[in-house]
Amino acid sequence: MSEAMHECKHNPGFCRDTLIPQVALITDIRTETPDVKTFRVERPEGGKLFEHLPGQCAMVCVPGVGEAMFSITSSPTNKEYQEFSIKRCGVLTEHLHSMNAGDEILVRGPYGNNFPVETELKGKNLLFIAGGIALAPLRSVINYCLDNRENYGEIDILYGSRSADDLVQRKEIEEVWMNTPGVNVHLTIDRPQEGWDGHVGFVPSYLKELAFDTNRTAILCGPPIMIKFCLQGLKEMGFAMEQVYTTLELRMKCGVGKCGRCNIGTKYVCKDGPVFRFDQVDELPNEY
Amino acid sequence: MLKIKRSDLGTLFAKIAENNELYLPVKAAGKTNFAAWDQDADVDLDTLKTVKSPKDAFFPQSEGLYSCDREEGKIKITAEKLQDAPFVVFGIRACDVRGIAVLDKVFLSQPVDTYYAARREHGIIVSYACGAPETSCFCKVFGIDAAQPEGDVVTWMVGEDLYWDAKTEKGQKLTAQVAELLTEADAALVAAEQEKIRSIIEKLPNSHLSLEGWGAEAAKTRFDSPIWEQLYKPCLACGTCTFVCPTCQCYDIKDYDTGNGVKRYRCWDSCMYSDFTMMAHGNNRTSQMQRFRQRFLHKLAYYPANNDGMFSCVGCGRCVDKCPSHLNIVKVIKAFGKEGK
Repeated sequence: MSEAMHECKHNPGFCRDTLIPQVALITDIRTETPDVKTFRVERPEGGKLFEHLPGQCAMVCVPGVGEAMFSITSSPTNKEYQEFSIKRCGVLTEHLHSMNAGDEILVRGPYGNNFPVETELKGKNLLFIAGGIALAPLRSVINYCLDNRENYGEIDILYGSRSADDLVQRKEIEEVWMNTPGVNVHLTIDRPQEGWDGHVGFVPSYLKELAFDTNRTAILCGPPIMIKFCLQGLKEMGFAMEQVYTTLELRMKCGVGKCGRCNIGTKYVCKDGPVFRFDQVDELPNEY
Repeated sequence: MLKIKRSDLGTLFAKIAENNELYLPVKAAGKTNFAAWDQDADVDLDTLKTVKSPKDAFFPQSEGLYSCDREEGKIKITAEKLQDAPFVVFGIRACDVRGIAVLDKVFLSQPVDTYYAARREHGIIVSYACGAPETSCFCKVFGIDAAQPEGDVVTWMVGEDLYWDAKTEKGQKLTAQVAELLTEADAALVAAEQEKIRSIIEKLPNSHLSLEGWGAEAAKTRFDSPIWEQLYKPCLACGTCTFVCPTCQCYDIKDYDTGNGVKRYRCWDSCMYSDFTMMAHGNNRTSQMQRFRQRFLHKLAYYPANNDGMFSCVGCGRCVDKCPSHLNIVKVIKAFGKEGK
């Protein structure tokens, strides 16, 4: 065993330093949409790389190509592996999309805080609202709640995408989520499409149509414009900012609040986030 | 209190170097910076401020983190060896010693940066009081006493003697190694020198800057001030201020292709640069005004908010001396003071 693999006395769970990654074997790649793939990773000798909590992130690196922070899309209740759903949009993600099962990458983490699944969310009715690739961070929470179904009330999932082909995790949504008692899935796509008999329209307008009561906690993730209008809609429905959670995302290098990149005022998104309640977001200077 | 003749310092440095790596201010090509000592080094204890701060000794401008090699298609990671030998940094000024305390709060807070922690564990700081503070100095504003620096050993140059006072266990250990070269001394002469230093500082133009309104509260009260828009304009985004600063800690992590593997290293970076926060999907600080505001609010508001009110400026004045646009933290502090906001 190399020096790097010994657990660090300073940083439990990490091998010596939080900046040193583990080697991860890609054991499966699923094509979700034309530009999103889900990568399953394990230790080369088998087993999970580390334990994480729903909402936490990890740094994924291809040596010589780049390294970036991604939300862990698999639930901690999965005991065998971790998954990342990654959209092709830059140098590193382009390279990842060209890789195959059996290839090795580097992963370090987990980083950041998590959705309060064992405290503030426990016993609550939950409303998940996601747009596009932003389902990735919510999927870890949704599956955590589904695997601990008795701890949560009614679960509504409102998920929208540009087209039916851009819906991530469609198989799991249709086969698992839609068939779980007490779980209501509301899918929508931006424009009509042949073969789609579901709802058509943007997520914020569908949210208004669905007219949820405020006896639930909302978890909202998506592109900034979607967040803005959904938040407005939730406010109109009477939701308090303390009832709505989201995740923020900024450029990160270290993942531990030291490299100076991802701060918004006094908060570091990598360390103090990525999960924030909207009353906490309102406290931040307008620079995100 | 101990002392050694200035003319015997070469012998002292050689003695220290027997058991420790030694770094001290060395003049090369007309510029003085901290560098490794050797017999031929042009040691310069007269220049008040080295061009770069001595933070390199603990947080190097560039350092390896680990290397990746491929063996039969498998990736093998080898972590960079941590500092495990003692080293001495001689001649650090009071402001720069505080600068290290500022970095400590970043790198030694959870999760601990082990590269930095190992250097702090093995590094011995021999500080050096400022005989002749300059007009760009304003350390007093941050409660730093240039006549009585912190450090494992504190030294003063009085006349032709260097006075030596060990303050910590590490300092005493180092003192024991060089004890044969040191003689007992009268502390009264040091006290007189301190009086002289403090009276110079009292009269420096920026020694009485008001920090009123700065600190944690400024994160909210001064973020949206129109003053930033007026102030930032001469900023060239060159990043000089961040590279000479003893407290700037922003870093980048990059890969170096060695030809048969990849070496991952980190190096200083600057929040003043336009690509610092750029992502594939956007950038949250697109204007130089935003980047300028980030740097100064970090020093004067965000850092204090997260560290019990401690400022992450130490008043060394390097940015005052080096900014090509004559823009610096003193101007920022004054601009807000004038407006009384």
